[in-house]
Amino acid sequence: MIAYIIRRLLVAIPTILVLIIASFFLMHFAPGGPFTSERPLPPQVLANIEARYGLDQPLWKQLYDYLFNIIFHFDFGPSFKFKDRDVNDIIAQGFPISLTYGALSFLAASVVGISLGIAAAIRHNTWIDYVAVGLGIAAQALPNFIMGPILILTFTLWLGLLPGGGWNGGQWQYLIMPVIALSTSYMGSIARITRSSMLEVLNSNFIRTARAKGLPTRSVIWRHALKPTLLPVVSYLGPVFVYVLTGSVFVDIYFSTGGLGQAYVGSALSRDYAVLLGVTILYGTLTVVVNLLTDLAYAWFDPKIRY
Amino acid sequence: MFGSSQKSAQLAEEVTDFTAVQGRSLWQDARTRFVQNRAARTCVLILALIVAFTIFGPYFAQWNNEEIDWDIMGSAAERGMPSFATGHYFGVDDLGRDLYSRVIQATTTSLLVGLVGAAMALFVGTIYGIISGFVGGRADNIMMRIVDILMAIPTVLIIILLLVVAGRSFFMLFIALGAVSWLSMARIVRGQTLALKHREFIEAARASGVSEITIMYRHILPNLLGVVIVYASLLVPEMILAESFISFLGLGVSEPYTSLGSLISEGAGTMAYGTLWQLAFPLFFYVTIIITMFFIGDGLRDALDPKDR
Repeated sequence: MIAYIIRRLLVAIPTILVLIIASFFLMHFAPGGPFTSERPLPPQVLANIEARYGLDQPLWKQLYDYLFNIIFHFDFGPSFKFKDRDVNDIIAQGFPISLTYGALSFLAASVVGISLGIAAAIRHNTWIDYVAVGLGIAAQALPNFIMGPILILTFTLWLGLLPGGGWNGGQWQYLIMPVIALSTSYMGSIARITRSSMLEVLNSNFIRTARAKGLPTRSVIWRHALKPTLLPVVSYLGPVFVYVLTGSVFVDIYFSTGGLGQAYVGSALSRDYAVLLGVTILYGTLTVVVNLLTDLAYAWFDPKIRY
Repeated sequence: MFGSSQKSAQLAEEVTDFTAVQGRSLWQDARTRFVQNRAARTCVLILALIVAFTIFGPYFAQWNNEEIDWDIMGSAAERGMPSFATGHYFGVDDLGRDLYSRVIQATTTSLLVGLVGAAMALFVGTIYGIISGFVGGRADNIMMRIVDILMAIPTVLIIILLLVVAGRSFFMLFIALGAVSWLSMARIVRGQTLALKHREFIEAARASGVSEITIMYRHILPNLLGVVIVYASLLVPEMILAESFISFLGLGVSEPYTSLGSLISEGAGTMAYGTLWQLAFPLFFYVTIIITMFFIGDGLRDALDPKDR
């Protein structure tokens, strides 16, 4: 197990390195830069600005400096757009917010989704099943960016119960709507996957054996059926965690929560390559880590898997 | 001596009348199973109706999707509701554009995006996966590492990155969607190829002197198709969702063209002013397409891959 983790980490490092280099070159060959504007700057000014950000250096030197600063100083460089902030500041400000409601949405989606799926499978072909399946499909088909305005309209404009946006240090009233909007579609797919997986498990031989030896249904489900049911669900949860974090883009726009999504799209549109690169690297690294954790969780859920 | 009776003659005829048992191919079986699936059948019908609507709908339109109704412009909430009198069957948006024509145009775009995205995944992913799995060894290792790295970048980020770097256009949108959708397809195909590679019929083909390339497309490819088609059909709604998300961010197709995603986000923005039809019509088409695709995908999976339920 330990050897496996070390091996995986050793593979992860070149993966992240290639990711950084690829994104770096992609952005540098893009037409238009952060300093191109409608009124072209005088060449001397432009040269000065470029010198300030090190853009006058040859490309390999820029890449080398960039990598060097990340590895030894954990410094992603200054933002091109905001004169007084660097990328570390922007990430440090936005990421905790994204992480908070992302993690809550992830929790909500998996807990509700899995419970709904299990309930549907246990009460197969009853009204509970139909309601759960219907809810799951509806939640999946309604895009989550449409949930945002609908929620604001109902809870803020009509009922006047919740604030329409903002963060306010993560007070719970400000969290409810972003979490609902972000989690519903994943809730739907998790419920569907859990249901079909549970149905398959409930039809297998070892469950019949457990029932035949007289175990009560409750312990058949908790002790025997749950773990194998969750195996395919876990492999889906890993990507969902990443989606939930990157999905913060639309939550930030609708609810003005100030997470990292806003910074990402903003930097993409204003060609603030430093921020863009920093956030891409952050999310890429996170994905690699989450994938590793998913694989480890696999081993816990399925003892047959050995690393 | 045996007497010859009519009965024995008939019997003899029956014995000698040997017609070969009609073999049933996988595809025939799959088709029967699919047709018997009522939900999937209904969904195919509904989807066909929507496609027919996008083809024949424009003939009934009284307004072009680029025209602006100057009379109504600016007072959409009071006078822009759906009506036959003004010729705006689905109403107008706040710029006075006819929603009927725009919804048709948007539905076409979204369907195209879904199909093209899935088709690109189908071609690129299948070819990549087969080669990687069949060749094996170091090539396989390198090819799969590349996929791993690309998979490590979150989908939405890749699409945003590509659209920002290369500029917005229909073509780029397809490329961007295709660029992210083929990865998991390649993985699935590779896994299946690895499982097939050591089967006896492949060995038999090789022993009888069939070339490697012919083995790939005559023997491996047909055995993969079931899984590949099922996965591609599930990709279609995913592509439509991804495109809507991108349109929502303002990076999708540009005006006068539009897609369901951008119409929905526009409608959602103006919902508070009471122009609910701006949201309702695109949302209806969008949700219908997604749900029918879900059921068709499920039906295809049940039909082509009976053990994986």
